Amino acid sequence: MIFTVKAEVSLKRGHFDPEGDVAAKALRDLGFGVASVRVGKTYTIKVEAADASEAEAAAKEMCRRLLSNPTKDDFKVEVLGFEGRSG
Amino acid sequence: MKRARACVLRVGGTNCDEEIKVALEELGLRTDVVHMDWLEKGDVHKYQLLVFPGGFSYGDYVRAGAVWGKRVVSKIRRDLERFIESGRLVMGICNGFQVLVESGALPGGDGAFSETPKAVLANNSSARYECRWTYLRCENGSTPFTSKIPVGEVLKIPVGHGEGRFIVESEELLRELIKENRVTFRYALPSGKAAEGAYPFNPNGSEYDIAAICNKEGNVMGMMPHPERAFFGWQAVGYGGPEGAGDGRRIFESIIEHIEGL
Repeated sequence: MIFTVKAEVSLKRGHFDPEGDVAAKALRDLGFGVASVRVGKTYTIKVEAADASEAEAAAKEMCRRLLSNPTKDDFKVEVLGFEGRSG
Repeated sequence: MKRARACVLRVGGTNCDEEIKVALEELGLRTDVVHMDWLEKGDVHKYQLLVFPGGFSYGDYVRAGAVWGKRVVSKIRRDLERFIESGRLVMGICNGFQVLVESGALPGGDGAFSETPKAVLANNSSARYECRWTYLRCENGSTPFTSKIPVGEVLKIPVGHGEGRFIVESEELLRELIKENRVTFRYALPSGKAAEGAYPFNPNGSEYDIAAICNKEGNVMGMMPHPERAFFGWQAVGYGGPEGAGDGRRIFESIIEHIEGL
């Protein structure tokens, strides 16, 4: 089955986020009462797997091996659904 | 022409590969610029020096240097391990430094590569792309990349990057890098004192003002500044006439002296 998995890669807690700080300042300039902004990336991945736990495990391995860098990033994955059998 | 040969690797988005070739050939080293996809198994062993140039490989997607770094691991890791273990030289400049870090070659592990990266070149603390001349203090003049530069000497070499803030996974690793003399260049004040984080002398907020590091054996070095952009005198700030050379030349001269002896 093809599973849709969402992988979110974000900077570790407390890790300096210049991009977030710039976005926060720009939002304050627009009049929003923004205390802080943290920037992360979301990958929506379609992956072939036998079941949801295999799809989740595969996405975690993708995060470990490419999508995150353990020095600065945390990640979490969530299986959103599946689309039936492939090919 | 010298006996040794150099290979400058390129992929989509690399830059200054030709400048590095010009610099090395000016010093008499035969240099090929080779797309990584053209590299056949074992090809790297024709060379004594492998350079990962700067640029924005694969659009810097995912993270700067990450995609190329992982492709290095999946495509040429075994060859590169043998290459490094045989004492030949690998240099990463700017994006090339990011590639060596993302691949695990720098700071390195028990073997030539660590399984996961132990450091990262994160967004500059200024939140800007930093394109400027920097003062680099040589911290270790006994590596193959710095043998012609005494410790404490200051080189003027430019940077151009958005992600150059070098941070390592732990305090212990930082202490180890310093203790083992693996920080080869630090960003400095014009006087030669370490920048101690002062902007813009430390242009990106790197820990310990780190501009360049090498592996345990000293034969793999990554640096954010671009020595090939300060090779000829006429590239340098304060150019006074046709005489003289840019400070980056000293790094290439060190490399060539070393690999001619391999």
